[in-house]
Amino acid sequence: MPLPVDPSPRHAEYAHPERLVSTEWLAEYLGTPGLVVVESDEDVLLYETGHIPGAVKIDWHTELNDPVTRDYVDGRGFAELVSAKGISRDSTVVIYGDKSNWWAAYALWVFTLFGHEDVRLLDGGRGKWEAEGRPFTTDAPEVTATDYPVVDRDDRTVRAFKDDVIAALGKPLIDVRSPEEYTGLRTTAPAYPEEGALRAGHIPTAQNVPWAKAAAEDGTFKPRAELEAIYRDGAGIRGDEPVIAYCRIGERSSHTWFVLAHLLGVPDVRNYDGSWTEWGSAVQVPIVRGAEPGEVPAR
Amino acid sequence: MTTGDTALPASLTEIRDEFLALEEKDRLLLLLEFANELPELPEHLRDVPMERVEECQAPVFIDVELPDGVVELHATAPREAPTTRGFASILVQGLAGLSPAEVLAVPGDFSHELGLDRAVSLLRLRGMSGMLSRIKRQVTAKTAP
Repeated sequence: MPLPVDPSPRHAEYAHPERLVSTEWLAEYLGTPGLVVVESDEDVLLYETGHIPGAVKIDWHTELNDPVTRDYVDGRGFAELVSAKGISRDSTVVIYGDKSNWWAAYALWVFTLFGHEDVRLLDGGRGKWEAEGRPFTTDAPEVTATDYPVVDRDDRTVRAFKDDVIAALGKPLIDVRSPEEYTGLRTTAPAYPEEGALRAGHIPTAQNVPWAKAAAEDGTFKPRAELEAIYRDGAGIRGDEPVIAYCRIGERSSHTWFVLAHLLGVPDVRNYDGSWTEWGSAVQVPIVRGAEPGEVPAR
Repeated sequence: MTTGDTALPASLTEIRDEFLALEEKDRLLLLLEFANELPELPEHLRDVPMERVEECQAPVFIDVELPDGVVELHATAPREAPTTRGFASILVQGLAGLSPAEVLAVPGDFSHELGLDRAVSLLRLRGMSGMLSRIKRQVTAKTAP
């Protein structure tokens, strides 16, 4: 039984308001059977310093990725993981995290690969819950393991691979990294270590809309009209064409994917999780440096 | 000692052994304990600019002092970045009271000796290595004749 949709008028204007809950909603429904709250952070220890009461932790690095191949866990791995977290196929899953839900959106996107139907973000994430003085605990949640079914991962609907991007050059393509990474000054986010790609720059024709433009000061998503302007003016997204978003490893672009797919209702949005760490090291793929998107290379 | 030789001092060896004696998930909790133990900055450093460790994702700042010729490291990192705080705290405790030569001899890849390579992302462990190399640079600069 899914939990009720948050009736908050703030969310009503979005294309899919059922994908967001407010802190007020979560405080009201915390502990309700059928609800599982998941924290997913960039900092692997943040959950341990205190989390929303009853919340379980999912670590993007050790739990959502295959430990050997560069890929996500498969259907069996996902079923084992979420069963151990007490999540059933019909659970309402609310995910929150640090950094304006940056990693939480990534976890939500991975849940989407497995077609988990009712998965939502806590608008404003951990930061807003904390700013409002709501409770945190270090008590381990009581988890009753479930028997989540093994579901094949769907790699076509919301996920794009390098060849898909090559075929989509010239079509709406959003680079959500910082301007420094986009122009080719560096291969990693400012203040992050240089890591992971042999070349710097961006994919030809990609428009640069840094992911955090979608987040307000308090970590919530900006109002719909502002988001529409950001993506229409910044990347020519009108919603009538398929869109691919990318960043460095696909985490920041999951945040943008969420905005485009669920808040603006763009029907076909995919996240290229290979992102710059793949493209910037691949042999013979075209790269553009500088602030201009560049042209589709002649084939 | 010839230039380039490395040696892990007893203090860091002890910390490393503490980590390696634990199961992986308990190593994270030990790192959290270190994070909680990171001392506040002393009064005289609170309002002065310190060196930022650019290799770390979280804003972490370090300053090396050499009272009586032994190393005293000060570091600060925000509460929301416990992993970074944990690494800083390991270095604050592990380098305290060492001679400049002993600090310079700490292996640059010490962060990989704690058995955290699977639990903590490579990026973060590199952050700790960055912290260590900046500490060494300050030690060298501050002991230059």
